[in-house]
Amino acid sequence: MSDSKTGQQGFGFYRPGATGPTAANPANGAASEAQETEEVLADDAVLDLSADEARLRVEDTLSRLDAELVGLAGVKRRVHEIAALLLVDRARRQFGLASSRPTLHMSFAGGPGTGKTTVALRMAEMLHALGYIRNAKVHTVTRDDLVGQFIGHTAPKTKEAIAKAAGGVLFIDEAYYLYRPENERDYGQEVIEILLQEMENERASLVVIFAGYPDRMETFFSANPGLSSRVPHHIAFDDYSHDELVQIAELMVADENFSFDDAARKAFSEYLELRMQQPRFSNARSVRNAVERCRLRQAKRLVELKRPLTKADLVTLTAEDVYGSSVFDDAAEESPADGAGPQTESARELDPESA
Amino acid sequence: MYLRHGAFSYLPELTDDEIAAQVRYGLLNGWPISIEFTDDPHPRNIYWEMWGLPLFDLDEPDGVISEINACRATFPNHYVRVLAYDATLGRQTTAMQFLVQRPEEEPGFYLARTEGSDRRQSYSVQSYAAQAPAGRRYARD
Repeated sequence: MSDSKTGQQGFGFYRPGATGPTAANPANGAASEAQETEEVLADDAVLDLSADEARLRVEDTLSRLDAELVGLAGVKRRVHEIAALLLVDRARRQFGLASSRPTLHMSFAGGPGTGKTTVALRMAEMLHALGYIRNAKVHTVTRDDLVGQFIGHTAPKTKEAIAKAAGGVLFIDEAYYLYRPENERDYGQEVIEILLQEMENERASLVVIFAGYPDRMETFFSANPGLSSRVPHHIAFDDYSHDELVQIAELMVADENFSFDDAARKAFSEYLELRMQQPRFSNARSVRNAVERCRLRQAKRLVELKRPLTKADLVTLTAEDVYGSSVFDDAAEESPADGAGPQTESARELDPESA
Repeated sequence: MYLRHGAFSYLPELTDDEIAAQVRYGLLNGWPISIEFTDDPHPRNIYWEMWGLPLFDLDEPDGVISEINACRATFPNHYVRVLAYDATLGRQTTAMQFLVQRPEEEPGFYLARTEGSDRRQSYSVQSYAAQAPAGRRYARD
């Protein structure tokens, strides 16, 4: 039996009579680091928050969040606020000021592809760095993982999901599917009750994040007022503007070691304008798909090129690759007058989104 | 008679936090944890009743602790133990096992002598508690 993990030495076993800090806290890692500073500071002591080593880790996570995610000012502001709250909470504990553990269950409401999952991952890292949760893990579940198929099946399934997420973040995607008002015998209600019970539990270091599209989240929470009141942080993810989407595309392309040439940049901007007006536009995810299809057309173009390739060939996405999209076809059909005629091979079958 | 069974049995009883730390150790080793209970803790009774299925794919002990507590609530006067099974090839055996609950009163065991032919003595260990029907053993009344 190795006790080095819990910080006990040799055979010095903990005895139930003697209360020591190590015995009171089985958690390793950041959580126990947070508890290490047990000595209470004097009333007139001064605490320098910028010297806090947890703060440095958090700064790192927050700067990554700022760099990776374009736009989303409201979300970023809220994440910074939560980080500040936990940091101050740590400082208060160091002065021996007892206060209840802040509840950090959240709801992320936003359109498809607005970065809810990414923010959840960063949020988990940040909460872990601050010692609020024990590991920076996000367990993503949907209705299928929680709701059972027959009576008595739901509770074990939900408890299993909660056990797997324990010490981390339980991310419930499309949470409104849990509640089906049209079927009163639906087992989703049972899931909500079990979750509520778990969210009330002070000891469990579990953060539940409900995510979904804004309008349906609204009805979901209004139908479950008990749930709504236990989720203090409702974070809205706005749809991206055109400029932000262009920026996102640049980031994605750079991430994959590609680059747009100037004409392609302009063409992609035009593409986005057209695509944004079409139905089923899902923000960053559509951009990702569009970039993927550009790569496809680039590959085809390069293969058909009758000359040896250079590195620049492999890296550059040209206007031709962008104009191949069937989005331009549709636009040309609607207004044949301004058919500046970007030449298009019939790429419709390559473009499942606009089928 | 204080039953000594499994690991840590000569130590003071583990607190819930210590149980969680031990379970975490098992999970870090990749051992699925299972919970078993019985009211017949005879040394030769190695197969106890299972409390649900073994708990696979966990990272944190919270889920195990809540199952242990559920088992304790259902069987307050039974012995409850926690097992960690090591499934790696070549080992495939119980890697860790310890008690997490015992009844308040444990009457213990006695040595039963049986005389056979030619005054031959045979001995067996029997539990006082097992004289009551299953389910009534260790009942507090």
